[in-house]
Amino acid sequence: MDITLIWYLVPALVMFCCGVYGFLTRRNMIAMLISLELMLNAVDINFVVFNRYLFPSSMEGWMFTLFGIAIAAAETALAIAIIINLFRVSKNIDVRDATKMKN
Amino acid sequence: MDYSQFLALKQEIGLLIVFLLVFLYDTFASPKGTKAVPMIACALMAVVTAWGFCPVVKLTESAFSGMYFTSPTIVAIKNILNVGVLIVLIQSIKWANSEFTAIRRGEFYELILLTLLGMYLMISSRHFLMFIIGLETASLPLCALVAFDKHRYESHEAAIKYVLTAVFSSAILLMGLSFVYGLAGTLYYQGIAAALYGNMGVMLAVALAFVMAGFGFKISLVPFHLWTADVYQGAPTSVTSYLSVISKGSAAFAFLVVLTQVFGAVYEVAWEWMLYALIILTITIGNLFAMRQHNMKRFLAFSSISQAGYIMLAIIGDNAMGVSALMFYTLVYIFSNLAAFGVIGAIENATGKLDMSDYNGLYKTNPRLAVTMMLAMFSLAGIPPFAGFFSKFFVFTSTLNGTGSTALYVLVLIALINTIISLYYYLLVVKAMFINDSETPIATFRSACSERLGMWICVAGIIGLGIVSYFYDYLLTVVA
Repeated sequence: MDITLIWYLVPALVMFCCGVYGFLTRRNMIAMLISLELMLNAVDINFVVFNRYLFPSSMEGWMFTLFGIAIAAAETALAIAIIINLFRVSKNIDVRDATKMKN
Repeated sequence: MDYSQFLALKQEIGLLIVFLLVFLYDTFASPKGTKAVPMIACALMAVVTAWGFCPVVKLTESAFSGMYFTSPTIVAIKNILNVGVLIVLIQSIKWANSEFTAIRRGEFYELILLTLLGMYLMISSRHFLMFIIGLETASLPLCALVAFDKHRYESHEAAIKYVLTAVFSSAILLMGLSFVYGLAGTLYYQGIAAALYGNMGVMLAVALAFVMAGFGFKISLVPFHLWTADVYQGAPTSVTSYLSVISKGSAAFAFLVVLTQVFGAVYEVAWEWMLYALIILTITIGNLFAMRQHNMKRFLAFSSISQAGYIMLAIIGDNAMGVSALMFYTLVYIFSNLAAFGVIGAIENATGKLDMSDYNGLYKTNPRLAVTMMLAMFSLAGIPPFAGFFSKFFVFTSTLNGTGSTALYVLVLIALINTIISLYYYLLVVKAMFINDSETPIATFRSACSERLGMWICVAGIIGLGIVSYFYDYLLTVVA
């Protein structure tokens, strides 16, 4: 059996949709962050696969993926720092409780 | 390698040097010496702003095999952003020296300079890798800035909302870009435009929708605006003012570049209509929600959503006049909004009050602040002869100069009606200050020298840009 492009694209898309679904439904901030990671990793798979199957002569997609991983790491570090700060203040990281500003 | 191409990056290099100087000084100065950091940062920013106007190299140039591009238009929008950042930095001196922030004041200036560098890269890039790096360099330090008031709970809540939406929107934007890469096989703007020419398919439509949603979050277009009000309210006022003008202006310009240079071929079949719907929703819903706000920062958040819709009107025309109209609108918006935030910040620093009802009777106790606020509101609403009228005028004209279809006339009509609606809530503030009586008005106080300087610059801009036609003519010749 040949493993073609579509065998990679469909799981990536499923991963992305799971990420979106998780981001919109989960109420724990760490779980939302994990969902965001899923979305970003789905993008990385997409870039690698397009590069490997469609444009193997250049390396643009692979380079983009490397930078994408670094950017995702930076984003996660920052988000966790902010979540820790919030936890210190309110002892709670449930987004349903972070609604003090509605007037 | 041709090292002369680094000359094209003269503004970036200038800003990077300033950032390093501020960073090193803040790190190695004695605790007493760090008191000078705000002054040093403002002085160096003024130097960079002046440096941007010096023509040292030929202005249209691309560097790093076409990944970076600069032209007189791009230099002009960077200069506009520089002026805005300079005003923000000047206005924030008092806040940065206040009790709770003084220990970390250096970080505020460093992070602001760093986000500006990211916005430069975002505007100048002609390759999506560079663009994403610029976008993240611009948005990640901003998340940290929103969380700057460590002692206030609201600041943390705003920061978590901002960072989650920022990453979510980046992920959506990246997904769109991966589809674009799959279609075109390159990430250079020019290469994509060539590959996509006359090649409209379902996949391109999906990719375009993802890219527009990603940008919509950054510029806070409806229906991607839900983070805006909370973040603007919770962030420190200096950061809110930065978010609302500089961040929005640079993202709008980058949006213009991406839509026209990358997706220019599918203007009529695809993004004209997507943008059309976004503009109507943004202007109308921003206006309707602004009416019911009582907190001044929340009020300006919704006003800025609706202003973002007007900025998008400059893009939908898809012509050269739109570019100059967008730059002029950004410039005017910087002066008007920063004047309003200057007054809000001064009152917050002196009394801690932020509610619209607190502003009742302000004219009797603090007439100068009240008049500044009035000018800002008139300019935001677009009353002649202040600058806001002309920026709206040019934006509408550029829309009509587009394809000239009836739909665009309808769009401008809707925008005009919304301008009249917006007059209502802008004048509510003016009414509170001048007509309403208050038993406990804000006591007479003298705002800090730096705050007054910032407000004077803004007032001069609001009146000067409205009366002197030179600036718009200049922008028009730059674009042409």
